[in-house]
Amino acid sequence: MNLLEIRNLHVSVEDRPVLQGIDLAVPAGEMHVIMGPNGSGKSTLVQTLAGSEAYTVREGQVLFAGEDLLALKTEERAQRGLFLAFQYPVEIPGLGNALFLRTIVNAIRKTRGLPEWDALDFLSRSRSALEQMDMKPELLERSVNQGFSGGEKKRNEILQMRLLEPRLALLDETDSGLDIDALRTVARGIESMRDSQRSFLLVTHYQRMLDHLRPDRIHVLIQGRIVQSGDADLARMLEKRGYDWLLREQRA
Amino acid sequence: MSTGSQNLESLIQRNYTAGFVTDIEQETFPPGLDEAMIQRLSAIKEEPGFMRDWRLAAFRGWQRMKEPHWSIARYDPIDYQGFSYYASPKSRPAAGALEDIDPKLLETYEKLGIPLHERAALAGVAVDAVFDSVSVATTFRETLARAGVVFCPISEAIRDYPELVRAYLGSVVPPGDNFFAALNSAVFTDGSFVYIPKGVRCPLELSTYFRINAAKTGQFERTLIIADEGASVSYLEGCTAPMRDENQLHAAVVELVALKDAEIRYATVQNWYPGNERGEGGIYNFVTKRGECRGDRSHISWVQVETGSAITWKYPSCVLRGNDSVGEFYSIAVARNYQQADTGTKMIHLGRRTRSTILSKGISAGHGHNAYRGLVRMGPAAQTARNYTQCDSLLIGSDARADTFPVIEVENASAHAEHEATTSKISADQLFYCRQRGLTEEEATGLIVNGFCRDVLLKLPLEFAVEAQKLLSVTLEGAVG
Repeated sequence: MNLLEIRNLHVSVEDRPVLQGIDLAVPAGEMHVIMGPNGSGKSTLVQTLAGSEAYTVREGQVLFAGEDLLALKTEERAQRGLFLAFQYPVEIPGLGNALFLRTIVNAIRKTRGLPEWDALDFLSRSRSALEQMDMKPELLERSVNQGFSGGEKKRNEILQMRLLEPRLALLDETDSGLDIDALRTVARGIESMRDSQRSFLLVTHYQRMLDHLRPDRIHVLIQGRIVQSGDADLARMLEKRGYDWLLREQRA
Repeated sequence: MSTGSQNLESLIQRNYTAGFVTDIEQETFPPGLDEAMIQRLSAIKEEPGFMRDWRLAAFRGWQRMKEPHWSIARYDPIDYQGFSYYASPKSRPAAGALEDIDPKLLETYEKLGIPLHERAALAGVAVDAVFDSVSVATTFRETLARAGVVFCPISEAIRDYPELVRAYLGSVVPPGDNFFAALNSAVFTDGSFVYIPKGVRCPLELSTYFRINAAKTGQFERTLIIADEGASVSYLEGCTAPMRDENQLHAAVVELVALKDAEIRYATVQNWYPGNERGEGGIYNFVTKRGECRGDRSHISWVQVETGSAITWKYPSCVLRGNDSVGEFYSIAVARNYQQADTGTKMIHLGRRTRSTILSKGISAGHGHNAYRGLVRMGPAAQTARNYTQCDSLLIGSDARADTFPVIEVENASAHAEHEATTSKISADQLFYCRQRGLTEEEATGLIVNGFCRDVLLKLPLEFAVEAQKLLSVTLEGAVG
């Protein structure tokens, strides 16, 4: 069964068309990857799915677990289990990371009819998640993302994903700006979340994180359209040959 | 009326939950301000001659003064003759007789979350309830009396403890201190009086709940708190008013006196009606609050959460006269819709090794305008005195405004003053980030604001911190977008 189904999606930014007819289906339990040159619309796609108001849907339909995703507010999408790991996580000065994490976890748990975590539940669960993500405990005491290094911000995103346990995780260039060790930690954090129900949609430029993951499907996005789909071998070929040959095929 | 505007109405109603009117028969003076009215007020209150003369002298001084307009607040001239200066429920019982009190009054305070029956009251808190111009009830008086603590309406104190009142009233804020203090000295109607004897730690939290009910009435309360040597007390005041289209005037004076080794903690949760989303109506809140650390090692601390009023003009201050005395000011001020808040503090260091801390959090939303105005003065004798000031502003939306006007005067080379300030804004990106994590826009705003105010909320007594947190989120509901 498809957890996510995108049909003929057209999206523009300030009247400039970016996505021009996307069709994409992600079955439950699968990991799909979107690759493509800069400016092809990869971030636009995941930001639109998450409900960013910077993007306007012109045409098309998106079903999430059979429900009309585009009719839902941003927070309702999150409450239904859609999570976006941001490419540039925002800083919130003055708001402690621990308070933030506990509040969002309980907001989501409440909508799912699960008991809320008290301070002790939160402490024990966040500690083990922190350890797995190789993060310093004092990152909980600081303001959300403030003064975090690039790598710490990306890990903080995956930490949130682990605590929120989404049904669909959109990961927007989570691998960019990570050193080799951090890349492995983050990939491990993602891999350990995989199960038969949870789906992933990754946006990336590089093969290197995919070496640690086992994606089911690779899609190449060029100029707002998916021009090619294939298995993991396609990513390796792109790494070697770049996108030019696909662009040429496009024109031909 | 269209559905749209009805929704808006209901939103505003929800935002200000204290906006109801109590339908009760009242004795009210006709509008107008002159010496005859003051004589009559003094007579109704059965005041001794010295008090009447004090009022009249203050009134004559006030007539020669000009309404100050140096604050950020912009408003039409106030017609002082247009207000009534006295409004009292007719069925007023003998002071303290709770069982005789008009049920409508009990119900009013019940609705505001302030049960006056001692059985139902907040544990460990004694309440003085002031309704328009008079105190209608004071709880737990006997428990307090056993500890030797005096906690009563100030009009009663003027009759029963004239020597204390005479010695201390106006000793921190003299009648001629400023325009609004002079007006208050002339026409003040009620308020609380607290005296904590030597060495006594007050067994209960004391609190006064001010309610403006009558229309076109000014409320002029006067509070005087004296902590004798080695005494300590924690005091809280709360304020609300019905929603009315015209502006109402509230000009209070609060004086605190801390003698040697005494400690006074004074907290305010001010939620006067702020006016509607078009800037109509609301309370003009012109308040003079000042404490004097008169004795060595004394300590005065102000905590305020200011969410209401159309205009706030208020600078709770500390005069640090005693050596090693300590002054503190912790403030959260919210200005939304068309609210204007000009608030801050003065820390006047006179004694040696005096210390002060100022922590101010200003939040501006909608067309709100918030200003921090502060003075730190190190006098010539203030050897090694220290001040630390942190002043933070948070802007919500693109029409809100924040200003800071800090002044530091140092006349002693060994004194030390530090000032830090930040301004930040709740951005669309921050809101999107929080909403992507499952929070509504309101929840996200509340969370960010509470994070911003956390240091100050921690300074409030626990049960009031919870109230203040709720009040902040209700106040800022719909402030974004």
